[in-house]
This record gives sequence, structure tokens and C-alpha cells, in this order.
Amino acid sequence: MVISTQDLSFNFGDQQVVKSLSLQVPEGSIYGFLGPNGAGKTTTIKLLLNLLKVQSGSIHIFEQDIQHHRINILSQIGSLIEQPAIYQHLTGKENLLNRALLLRVPVKRVDDMLALVQLTGAGDKKAGQYSLGMKQRLGIALALLADPKLLILDEPTNGLDPNGIIEVRELLIKLVRQYNKTVFISSHLLAEVERMATHVGIINNGELLFQGSINELQALSQPQVCIEADNTVDAANLLTRNHFMVTDVTDNYLYVPYSSKQKIAEINSLLNRNGHAVYSIGKQQKDLERLFLDITQKA
Amino acid sequence: MNGFILSFRSEFYKSRKTLGFWAAILLPLFICLLLFVGFYVKSEKLTGMPPITLWLQFAGAILGIMGSLLLPMFTIFIAYSVNSIEHKADTWKSLFSLPISRWAVYGAKFSYAVFLIFLTLTLFVLFTIGFGNLLSVVKPDLRFDNYHMEKELGQVYLKLFLSSLGILSIQFLLSLLWADFLKPMGIGFVCTITGVILATKNWEYCYLFPYSHPMVAIATMLHGGDNPAKGIQIDIFTKDVFVSMAIAAVVFILGYFIVLKKSIK
Repeated sequence: MVISTQDLSFNFGDQQVVKSLSLQVPEGSIYGFLGPNGAGKTTTIKLLLNLLKVQSGSIHIFEQDIQHHRINILSQIGSLIEQPAIYQHLTGKENLLNRALLLRVPVKRVDDMLALVQLTGAGDKKAGQYSLGMKQRLGIALALLADPKLLILDEPTNGLDPNGIIEVRELLIKLVRQYNKTVFISSHLLAEVERMATHVGIINNGELLFQGSINELQALSQPQVCIEADNTVDAANLLTRNHFMVTDVTDNYLYVPYSSKQKIAEINSLLNRNGHAVYSIGKQQKDLERLFLDITQKA
Repeated sequence: MNGFILSFRSEFYKSRKTLGFWAAILLPLFICLLLFVGFYVKSEKLTGMPPITLWLQFAGAILGIMGSLLLPMFTIFIAYSVNSIEHKADTWKSLFSLPISRWAVYGAKFSYAVFLIFLTLTLFVLFTIGFGNLLSVVKPDLRFDNYHMEKELGQVYLKLFLSSLGILSIQFLLSLLWADFLKPMGIGFVCTITGVILATKNWEYCYLFPYSHPMVAIATMLHGGDNPAKGIQIDIFTKDVFVSMAIAAVVFILGYFIVLKKSIK
């Protein structure tokens, strides 16, 4: 495991913000750390970076305790926390040069990073004049500068337009696949990470509600049969009378929990026999977005 | 040690385009230039004065306000500017998540503030000597070149530098803890006024109050019971200077533990 926490808890005064969190982030994964705003994501990330002191529990990164091997661990992490920390009075390039000086990274790497996040043209512009998206990209370049093994990114696509979001996603996938990095990325939007994450942790009110691979998350969601019919209300009544459970009815669709292929055929013939026009019928996976809402709202 | 040097260099790199850095250079230049112009315009009134008096008038004009106002306020400003660079950019969190020890980051920042004060006071010495000698060239009636007080000036400014360290350490900590301008500035201003009042009233314990130190430093600089034949003798290490250095050391170490405990918001 690249990151492993045991019973990690943290209080701000009386308020418990993180409750016995046990994260397991495998090497080479893109771990989506999900939860609504205020769930405790940023606090957890600050604990992982030793910006906040561990109050109870423990954190191991690269199999080393963060409390005792802080500098060694931090030298292998690139991070971006909330809005990027950028000196507005310096140019984008100078921001990178300053960091390169601190991390003793060759100057050539600065140009490579600018090219990677497509800021070469804007490198000599004051960072204060950058758009939010450009600042975010510069923040990612800063995080990648020292070629870290682990990237910890807190909502890195905040303020990016759809193109920017896709670019960041592709960049992260490339980093993991080609360079064997591990990415820990937090977000309040499942849709944003579900296309790249290999693993997911869902947190709400400081508690970890789910942790596992993206497939395990999908398996949690019960598949259903989606039926497009002419009169959905009558069709729903008919199915209910015939002992089928109808979970949802809209103007055009009705939904029945999926159990087997034969059941789909039975539903279809039942509706046909009773004069209902069926335009489409098929098995459907409940989308993860809804699943995410279910999981976080139940708590 | 490496982390300290890297952080110190980074402090220079970050601040070299800010007012905080340029103020350290422009302030002595501007004040000495102003004085130069004043002496140049009013040179008739000054001709015939003995060179030592000329120097005392020239250097004394700066030293007069240095202790009471200039040095404390400038120190407060430098302490603020060195820290505000991180507050404005919201970079404390990235600074403290670098693979560099917190000691190095904190120590380098404090040392850089000390360096800026040192730089300013050194430039005051150099510009005072430079402009004084320039006056004797452009106005040969003013015989600045007939007397030398480089050593004494250096000693006075060294004393002033040491006497500002107490204020610097306190203001540095205040500016590090508070992001806004008004709190450290307001406290610093009130304390400076208090310090000046205490020092001008010759309160017997004002050597214990750091904001009085620059003013006390000026008052205690002349060595008592001097033989006039020996010229001016400067007393650098008076008890107020020792108190200033002790406060600086204590607050600096205390500040580190506060930084260590403080959650990085």
C-alpha cells in the first residue's frame, strides 16, 4: 500500500472532523476520495501531508510512519491543496523556478512542466493575471515538478472548463499507466473521477462509508429493468398486480429490479398480451452518481 | 543546513520584485539624497563650520528620527512584508509540505527579515559617508573631507541594528500568525509610540521594553566620561542592546514552537 491509515481521527475543538478513518491506497492506482463539501476530505489530506498533526491513529506512506519520516515521505509526494498556492507577483515560470530551487530540480524540468500543462506561451505572464484554469494547471505543474511517486490532489479540476477537466484526466491516466505513479484525488463529484479512478473511498461526516475498487462499487448498485412504454402508469399497475415490484415510474419509463433474463421476457410478453406498446426494454446498471447520493445520504 | 540555505535563497528570489525588498534599498537612498540636497542648497549657512560639526549635523539629522520613528516602523514593515508574501499567495501549506524541515523554512524567513534590516542600515552608513564626501566635492566650502567618522558611524548603526532585533522578533511572530495588515501594524505602532514616550521620559526600566530600544540606543551611544582629545567613543553593548538580543532569541525559539503547534489552515 502506498497510503495506509489506521483509525485516523481528528478534532477541531469539540468537533470531530475525521472519524477512525482506515484508508488503503494501492500502488499504481488512481484513488478517488469522494464526499460532499465539508465531509472531511481536505482535513484528511492535510493530515496525510503532515500539515495537521495526527491526534489519534496512524498514517503510513510508502510503509513509513509520517510522524517519524516526514521529510523522506514528503520528498516523494507532489500535492495540490484547495486553490493552488501561487505567488501572484511572479510569472508562471518564476513560480516553477522558485520551487525548482527549493527542491533542487534541474531548470530544464521547468520548461518541460510548462509544456506538459500547456502554459509555455503564458510562462512569462504574471500568475496574478492567469485565469482560474491556468492557475489550476500551474498548480498541477508545481505538484509534478519533482517527479513524485505519489500525487495528492485536492479537487484539482475546480474551476476548469470541460476541456480542461478532460486534459487533467488524461494527464493523470497517462502518469499512472506510463510512469507508474499513484494518484490520490479528492472530489465532491463522482462523475468527475469515475472515468479514471481504479479505486474509490467515499467519506461523509468524517466517516468512511465505502472503500474498494470501482468494480466493487458498481457491484453494489443493483441492476434494474428499464421499460419504455406508451402508458407507464397503467403498465406499472398491471405489473404490480402480477407481483412484480415497480421501483420508479416516469412519463416514459418504468423500472423493475433485475433478477434474470427470463423475467425480462415475461414482463415483455405480459405487457404485450395486455395491449401495452413496449418501445424498449432492457437491463440497466444504476448509475454511480445516484449510488453515491444514496450512500452519502443514508449516513 | 542545506534546507536553510535553499529557503533563504528562495526568500530572496520571491521578494526581489516586491516593495518590501526595494524599500530596504530605496529608503536609505532617498533619505540620504534628501539630506544631500538640503545641505547643498543651504551650504552658505554651513560654510566655515568645523568638519566634525558638519558630520555630526549630517549624520545626526538621520539618527535623530532613526531611533524614535524610522527604525521601529521600518522593522515592523519588513516583518510584515516577509510574511505577507505567503499569506497573500496562500502558500504556507505548500511551504510546509516541502521536503524541508520546518526549522529551515522558519529560520530562513526570520533570517531574511534580519538580513533586510541589516542591509538597510549598512546602506545608511554607506550613503551617509558617500553623500558627505560628495558634498565636499561639489561644494568645496563644506570640508567634509577633513574629518573621518566611518568607524563611529559603523558602530552606531551596528548598535541600532542590534537594538531592533527585539522588535523584529515580536513583529515577525505577530505577522506570521495574523494574515491581515492592521493587527501587527496597529500593535506595532501603539507599542512604538509607547516606547518613545517611555524613552523620552527616561523611565528607569525602559531598557526592558523592546520598542524603546532604538531610542535608548541613540541615547546611550556616547561613552560617558570621554576624553575630548580621543574624539567620539561609541558604546555598543549597553544593557538595552543585550535585552534586545535576548528577547530576539527567546521570541524566535518560542515562535518556532508556535509554528509547530499551529495548524496550517
